Amino acid sequence: MASKVIQALYNDDDVLMHAVKKVRAEHHHIEEVYTPFPVHGLDKAMGLADTRIAITSFLYGCLGLTVAIVMMNYIMIEDWPQDIGGKPSFTYLDNMPAFVPIMFELTVFFAAHLMVITFYLRSKMWPFKKAENPDKRTTDDHFLMELGVHDNENELADLLWETGAVEVKVTEKES
Amino acid sequence: MYTFSNKLRIGSFIAMGLGVIFLAIGFLSAPSTVEEAKAMVAVHDDGHGGGHAEAAENHGEEQGHGAETANGEEHDSSHDTHLLHQLQNRPWSALYVAAFFFFMIALGVLAFYAIQRAAQAGWSPLLFRVMEGITAYLIPGGIIVFVILLLSSLHMNHMFVWMDADTVAHDELLQGKAGYLNPTFFLIRAAIFLGGWIFYRQYSRKLSLAQDESDDNSNFVKNFRWSAAFLVFYLISESMMSWDWIMSLDPHWFSTLFGWYVFASMFVSGITVIAMVTVYLKSKGYLEDVNNSHIHDLAKFMFGISIFWTYLWFSQFMLIWYADIPEEVTYYIARFQDYKLPFFGMLVMNFVFPLLVLMNSDYKRVNWFVIMTGIVVLFGHYLDIFNMVMPATVGDQWYIGLPEIGGILFFGGLFVFWVFTALTKAPLQPKRNPFIEESRHFHY
Repeated sequence: MASKVIQALYNDDDVLMHAVKKVRAEHHHIEEVYTPFPVHGLDKAMGLADTRIAITSFLYGCLGLTVAIVMMNYIMIEDWPQDIGGKPSFTYLDNMPAFVPIMFELTVFFAAHLMVITFYLRSKMWPFKKAENPDKRTTDDHFLMELGVHDNENELADLLWETGAVEVKVTEKES
Repeated sequence: MYTFSNKLRIGSFIAMGLGVIFLAIGFLSAPSTVEEAKAMVAVHDDGHGGGHAEAAENHGEEQGHGAETANGEEHDSSHDTHLLHQLQNRPWSALYVAAFFFFMIALGVLAFYAIQRAAQAGWSPLLFRVMEGITAYLIPGGIIVFVILLLSSLHMNHMFVWMDADTVAHDELLQGKAGYLNPTFFLIRAAIFLGGWIFYRQYSRKLSLAQDESDDNSNFVKNFRWSAAFLVFYLISESMMSWDWIMSLDPHWFSTLFGWYVFASMFVSGITVIAMVTVYLKSKGYLEDVNNSHIHDLAKFMFGISIFWTYLWFSQFMLIWYADIPEEVTYYIARFQDYKLPFFGMLVMNFVFPLLVLMNSDYKRVNWFVIMTGIVVLFGHYLDIFNMVMPATVGDQWYIGLPEIGGILFFGGLFVFWVFTALTKAPLQPKRNPFIEESRHFHY
């Protein structure tokens, strides 16, 4: 189903920030903003909920730590105990200091990789996906704000021009 | 301008008074003869169910007594003298640990301050006066530590075994180190280190105050250059200071990253105290422009440096544990056998606790959270110094009793009194620091 959207282009991030605040103050719903670089404070201005990626990161870290403990216990204690440097692998606890670097590395490894994968999935990005970017100038020096149109095309256009947009256009968007 | 509140001033005096009394009791109750020492240990063991008895057999190996243990009969009497020295050392060590701990806080803050200056950090200038106030304690704290070291080299106590000519005469390892580890050179080095630190502190403070009144940035630029130069001096002198003042308590043992380890401890304690003083001043209505992003950043440093400390602690431990070379592992065997609770308790307080409590970004902005964590971290790092000093000086005769608490109270009181007096001397907000606007709008 195609929906009608209005897109406003800006050429300055400060102007964009003010525009976002003004549009929000007029109680219009901003669907998306495309920027060439991360704009500090934009998420707060748009009223987006806080990211929960930190929580997933913590959980992935715990998972990595567990995997490291179970893995080293299986490899070094249960399956093939070895006497390295006069330290026979009788119990996990006796040899724990030697496993700490592995526990640390796997914690970081799991947290980092799974967090990136989670981020891509959550952002609905995967290989060979068609870019959603409505205007390729937003990868260079323009900022684009996109609002849904609900029979208030002219009113929105006036508002957007007023906020300092350099271009306003109405298009149909596939979704 | 900040005015020292009466309550805090009286509190600091009471702490100092109690501390002096406790320390005096500690010194007066130390045994002066071998018989008294033996009697004390016997009574102690009765009272505590002989908890220390099984550890007694291994403490002959510590310190410079390794060579003497072979001489069967002599051993008994040397063992008793050793016990006497340990018991006599206890009030001295309690004094030294507390004196060094509070001195180290001021030195850690000085390093943090110099880094902010040298990096021309934009977020921190609002906190410069707080840091300068804390580093004011360098002068009394440094002098007290120096006096304790001087008294040690005058044989008032037996903390540094290598200062005893008799011990050195029977110990080839110490003879080999005598070119570096001798009382004269030791005191000269201490004087150079302290002189350099105190000079930078005073000069930088002067420039900082002059910048307020000046109409260009020349004082600021000068401060930047001196800070960068100071950091070079500091990193070398701090490392040597940690060998001299702490590592040489175990003169046979050495660790190549000991300087970093002590640095991490002083750095995290210093940052913690900056955060605590800032939160305190804010709660009294001062430092209006300091916002919760500043607190958040300080807490972030507390979190990060706590983990850095653990990293160094573990690096030092694991290499020694894995290599298992007798002259190295004695250090950890003494701590594992006789210091289980402070040794592992310290790991919980300095690593697990800040890791879990300060991980969440929102908690770092909650003032009382930062204060509570700060108290635990400070006690943890007191224990860290305790674990570095006590096993070498008192062996298994440690106890956290009157002299230890007295030391904390006295130096804590003196620290609070000196720091907050220094804070009253200048406006809490620098006027003409070129980054003050950036600091005021700091937002994360």
